[in-house]
Amino acid sequence: MAIISRGFRGRRTEDRDRLPPGQYEERGFPVLSAGPTPRVPLDRWEFAIDTEAERTHRWTWDELMALPAETPTVDIHCVTKWSKFDTTWEGVSLDVLFEDVETTADYALVHSYGGYTTNLPLEDLLDGKAWIVHRFDGEELEPRHGGPARLLVPHLYFWKSAKWVRGIRLMTEEWPGFWETAGYHDYGDPWREQRYQGD
Amino acid sequence: MSIEHLDGNALAGPLGEIFAVDVTAATGRCASCGLAGPVASLRVYGPEPGLVARCPGCEEVVLRLVRGPGAAWLDLRGTISLRVPLPD
Ligand SMILES: [Zn+2]
Repeated sequence: MAIISRGFRGRRTEDRDRLPPGQYEERGFPVLSAGPTPRVPLDRWEFAIDTEAERTHRWTWDELMALPAETPTVDIHCVTKWSKFDTTWEGVSLDVLFEDVETTADYALVHSYGGYTTNLPLEDLLDGKAWIVHRFDGEELEPRHGGPARLLVPHLYFWKSAKWVRGIRLMTEEWPGFWETAGYHDYGDPWREQRYQGD
Repeated sequence: MSIEHLDGNALAGPLGEIFAVDVTAATGRCASCGLAGPVASLRVYGPEPGLVARCPGCEEVVLRLVRGPGAAWLDLRGTISLRVPLPD
């Protein structure tokens, strides 16, 4: 007979199915940084979407807070091999921010306070797949985790979820971002283990 | 506030995999502000997902190094030059 209770074994099996190839479960929240943590005062914070036709849509902090918020609970997967289950966030869906944006662009280059960039196809930001989040685990998002606001795109490796997000530039051709120009994969699907170029 | 970065000596091992000379002893010049100084004096963030070495003067990226399985990617766009001490 099994010594481990059915419930416990059931949970373990379920969690293993949630782990993409090559990943392990992490209960903490590691901080990886490529530079100093930017400090952005909320009265000077803004988020902008620039289209390929040079149109800019801007939101101040207060304008972002006035938009309908969602509270996604998602698993996140870092390319350095840790995954964290059931992370809880609060923020604005990019579907809301893109409502009045006219574009035929296929690609997005996300840019951040502090100079970080990352690229992804525009369709990966839409249809309920991405948010600008400003709260984590019921608290204001800490600067070391990307506060005041970061992008959240949980279906791709977490480097795509740019901390300290400042804006999105829409482009007709793909333009590789910070890690994508230094060997990391252009798309970064954890389920296909797209860590490095050529994966 | 805690120090977020390492110093440039953290680059010695990873760069030693690529170069025969000790690059941390070389003098680099920042492409952004022109400041020259030993590579060992750079502010290094990482090591994961990659090493990012920034200028102590202007904080711009001077050098990046990503080590994947079977390959390393080295980006020196932020470096104007490296002066490498060599015997006569
Ligand atoms: Zn500099």
